[in-house]
Amino acid sequence: MKKIIIFFALFTLLVSFQDNARKVPSVDLKNLDGKTVNTSTFSNDGKPVIISFWATWCAPCKTELNAVAEVYSDWQKETGVKLIAISIDDSRSSSKVAPYVNSKGWEYEEYLDLNSDLKRAMNVNMPPHTFILDGKGNIVWQHVGFKDGDEAQYIEVVRKIIKGEKIDH
Amino acid sequence: MKKLFFVLLLALCSLVLFGQEGPPPQNNNFGEIHGNFQTDVQYYNPDSAIGAPPVPEKMLMNGFANINYTNGNFKAGIRYESYLNTIQGFDTRYKGNGIPYRYATYTVDELEVTVGNFYEQFGSGMSLRTYEERGLGIDNVLDGLRLKYTLHGFYLKGFIAKQRSYFTQGPGIIRGFDGELRVSELITKWADSPTQIVLGGSFVSKYQDGNQIFLASGTPLNVPQNVGTSAGRISLTRKKISISGEYAYKINDPSSINNFIYRPGEAILVNASYSKKGLGISVGAKRVDNFSFKSDRKAGLSDLDISFQPALVRQHTYSLLAFYPYASQPTGEFGYQAEIQAKLKKGTKLGGEYGTDIAINYSGANGLDTIPTIPLYDSSRIGYTTNQFSLGDVYFQDLNIEIARKVNPKLKIMLLYSYQVYNKAVIQVKPGEPLIYSNIGMIELSYKISSSRSIRMEMQHLYTRQDQKSWVMGLIEYGAGEHWLLSLQDQYNYGNSKVNERFHYYNATVAYLKNATRISLGYGKQRAGIFCVGGVCRYVPAFNGLMFSVTSSF
Repeated sequence: MKKIIIFFALFTLLVSFQDNARKVPSVDLKNLDGKTVNTSTFSNDGKPVIISFWATWCAPCKTELNAVAEVYSDWQKETGVKLIAISIDDSRSSSKVAPYVNSKGWEYEEYLDLNSDLKRAMNVNMPPHTFILDGKGNIVWQHVGFKDGDEAQYIEVVRKIIKGEKIDH
Repeated sequence: MKKLFFVLLLALCSLVLFGQEGPPPQNNNFGEIHGNFQTDVQYYNPDSAIGAPPVPEKMLMNGFANINYTNGNFKAGIRYESYLNTIQGFDTRYKGNGIPYRYATYTVDELEVTVGNFYEQFGSGMSLRTYEERGLGIDNVLDGLRLKYTLHGFYLKGFIAKQRSYFTQGPGIIRGFDGELRVSELITKWADSPTQIVLGGSFVSKYQDGNQIFLASGTPLNVPQNVGTSAGRISLTRKKISISGEYAYKINDPSSINNFIYRPGEAILVNASYSKKGLGISVGAKRVDNFSFKSDRKAGLSDLDISFQPALVRQHTYSLLAFYPYASQPTGEFGYQAEIQAKLKKGTKLGGEYGTDIAINYSGANGLDTIPTIPLYDSSRIGYTTNQFSLGDVYFQDLNIEIARKVNPKLKIMLLYSYQVYNKAVIQVKPGEPLIYSNIGMIELSYKISSSRSIRMEMQHLYTRQDQKSWVMGLIEYGAGEHWLLSLQDQYNYGNSKVNERFHYYNATVAYLKNATRISLGYGKQRAGIFCVGGVCRYVPAFNGLMFSVTSSF
């Protein structure tokens, strides 16, 4: 019992004093060529980045990324934003990721997180879970779940980042 | 060990406190603290009609929180878990509170050191995979030491560890080594070559004390204390084509899963794909023979797994399509799948104004064609031999076609049909049950009312002459503004041959979503069945009551 009390006391302290300027932790992923890529190489020349966790077996995730795909080139032209899609498919379905991504014609940067290492490091409970990073790589906004129309919120946040406005948490 | 972690945490905590007094947080060197939290609380109404078991506590709760600290090359964290008492459908060995997960990792140049708990996967996971699936209560995390080293295209990993089993640890010690070579990274000018080759190999060994055990019959049996698995893999990518394969071999490993036979184990997995814009094709096959690999030779079906056997069948998410889900059979199976994804162009006759997506998938699994030794357990205890060129019983088959089309900027329609064959006798270990043949069809409509309001509807129908006969299911989901999601659904077993068992399983849920937080409250009934997350399954008894759930991350 004592342990539990200490634990909750620490938890409260940690949460109340947390630092909001979080970055993406350094984790090894695979790209679609089978090569290992570390998340520390993620960059978009000082422009915002959207990171989206998805899986081929997750229907709302596919709805999200297909919805963004329709407006992605407009978003890029307007804001220079880049979307990085992280598939958490494991060896049951990871070989279906490249055929799916290519057949849909997604122009995203795509990586495989085969044993959910990045999912764990970024504290994702369930996909879809989307993060938006400012130009310095700080995580400034998060979103869980997806329903039609939610993509409009993403571009609003990206526009605010570019204008230097404060992001509402 | 636990005390040490608390001291460490206190130290970190004070660092953070000091951090707040210094310059703006972005510029400090005190690192970052982040984590996530989830709790599921269920209140149970007794309902003997649908088979919902009585719950003496009336209310049960599962919860966990991860707290991670990162500072440059250093990371540490813990997970606190609480089961008071564990909710229905989870293994009751999850009981009480504890901190079963804590770790510290640092990286110096090419070396990474981890002490404490870690998840690891070698290749496709056939020789080793430890992972967590919190929604199902699966967590076989390792606890020990791990080193990783990277050198000019060579990636080396090694560890020695024990394995988590609920709130205790399994009796075995696992030692693992994995090496991977990315050929293109050896020579700089190969880096951008259109052909990418990755080679890998691993060796995993478990040690379990005691070289003699007694069978239920009282017969003594000599067993190896050390059991090793070796695996080799290759992956080749050239432009639009990708091929990968892995082969693993395990020495004799008598266990309660294989009835304590001395037959060695083998597993092979091959995947190939071709894709270009608008078209993706993938095929895969695997063969597994006596390849259950656990850190305790007497462990039960879903406990203490070292090896992970991927099921190649399509992982359905819609409820009636996932009514009869397949789980891979590590004692022996032959699995296969083929899938075509196509996007018909916009503005064509078939593609329509906004394009049409078509996916066709065929997958299945058969048993191996085995010839038992006579007598069954002779002095060699090999158990059986196999006929390499023929297949055994059908375990599962699924042929499905999915067509999705955007009709106009507001309306999307998806049609999905699936024909499935399910061997209940094997998959649910219920000898004598007949094969279940089912035809499942569904339609999904998504309608965007405005940028923040939307409606999604599902109608599903499952037709079968076996088991509980036919089912129909309807769902309506309303996205009210940016933060609210309301849903209503009903599953109705209208075809049940026992008229008084034609139950409705209705459910109403309200969810509030904001940033990384999701809070939901649901009321209703849920049928008993096998539920899967990402293809891993567990049996959940029928439920009638209230469900409250919070997930958040910070």
